[in-house]
Amino acid sequence: MKLLTHNMLTSKCLKGVNVGYPLGIVAKDIKVLETEFNSEFVLRIIPKLDWDTLWNAADSIGHSGDLPRTLCDDYENDVEFLKKAHHVLLEVEVINGELVCPESGRKFAINKGIPNMLLNEDEL
Amino acid sequence: MSRPEHQAPPELFYNENEAKKYTQNSRMIDIQVQMSERAIELLALPDDEPHFLLDLGCGSGLSGSVLEDQGHRWVGFDISSAMLDVALEREVEGDLLLGDLGQGLPFRAGAFDGAVSISALQWLCNADKTSHHPTKRLYKFFSSLYSCLSRTARAVFQFYPENSDQMELMTTQAMKAGFFGGVVVDYPNSTKAKKFFLVLMCGGAAPLPKAMVEAEEEERISYSSKRDQLKKMRGKPLKRSKEWILEKKERRRRQGKPTKSDTKYTGRKRSGRF
Repeated sequence: MKLLTHNMLTSKCLKGVNVGYPLGIVAKDIKVLETEFNSEFVLRIIPKLDWDTLWNAADSIGHSGDLPRTLCDDYENDVEFLKKAHHVLLEVEVINGELVCPESGRKFAINKGIPNMLLNEDEL
Repeated sequence: MSRPEHQAPPELFYNENEAKKYTQNSRMIDIQVQMSERAIELLALPDDEPHFLLDLGCGSGLSGSVLEDQGHRWVGFDISSAMLDVALEREVEGDLLLGDLGQGLPFRAGAFDGAVSISALQWLCNADKTSHHPTKRLYKFFSSLYSCLSRTARAVFQFYPENSDQMELMTTQAMKAGFFGGVVVDYPNSTKAKKFFLVLMCGGAAPLPKAMVEAEEEERISYSSKRDQLKKMRGKPLKRSKEWILEKKERRRRQGKPTKSDTKYTGRKRSGRF
């Protein structure tokens, strides 16, 4: 699971959970895979992100590096910054571990990089 | 062959054996790729921009690979872990999630620029467990999808409806969830090439995209209708005339009744000598 996906994931499908965001990460296995840098995509995706969540998620698995804690105003022209964002968003992958719902504490297992979001009948 | 939905729930039907077909059977792959390309065309994304898309029922990631080829990033969602394992083997670029569409999508509001789904929606019409209620599951799915798409986004579903009731059930639930749109049927006159696409739009009503038809097919239709028109203009042949007799014999032959063959004497007046 990439941190970009984590930034979009919630546990609001659980019964009794309203926001379910952000999910906590317990990472046991992390892999860094290089992918092609596409500045256009990173530029388009940044306004959609919750930056605090991204930074905290990256920090909690020890991959925040020197990513700025807050977004600066003219990040559009800062290629170095975009490359760092690209690295954190798309190159750091959690292979094994757990996602934790902030409200109910329900754990979603991550196996081979695939979070299991299946719910039991009584959780709907 | 009976429909896969009737055989077993999706998480059991798409086991290792079935999943293998999607990497080895080139015909299956071709069809999946073609349908994915058409679905992306129907998404009508602005050109040359990379988008963040959702692939619902991504399976082994064949449709995702088509998205990658067009420069988009994607997140795949599927209920069969065997199919997702195949996707991992194929080393697709998209991120994968294991989940049930009928339980709702676990995403933040406005996360995606669009969604595609190839041959997955019909599975939601099944009640595989006693607690499953297809109408409720469809509504939950569509309403959660509506919230996780951005304002101008579209969602395109290729699906195999079993009957018109199913199609109506799907469209009503989608409209109830706030979507605009409807079903586009490609090649409606062909049994094999006929494909159903449910095109849903978030931002207000817009005209549905045009369905594809075979060029030849169109010609054939106009030709036969022209022939019918000519026939109508001529009217029925005069009773007991030669044309009338020939037509009647032709009809009997078509019905498989014993009929004398046509000769130069057929329908000819007898000479006065008789």
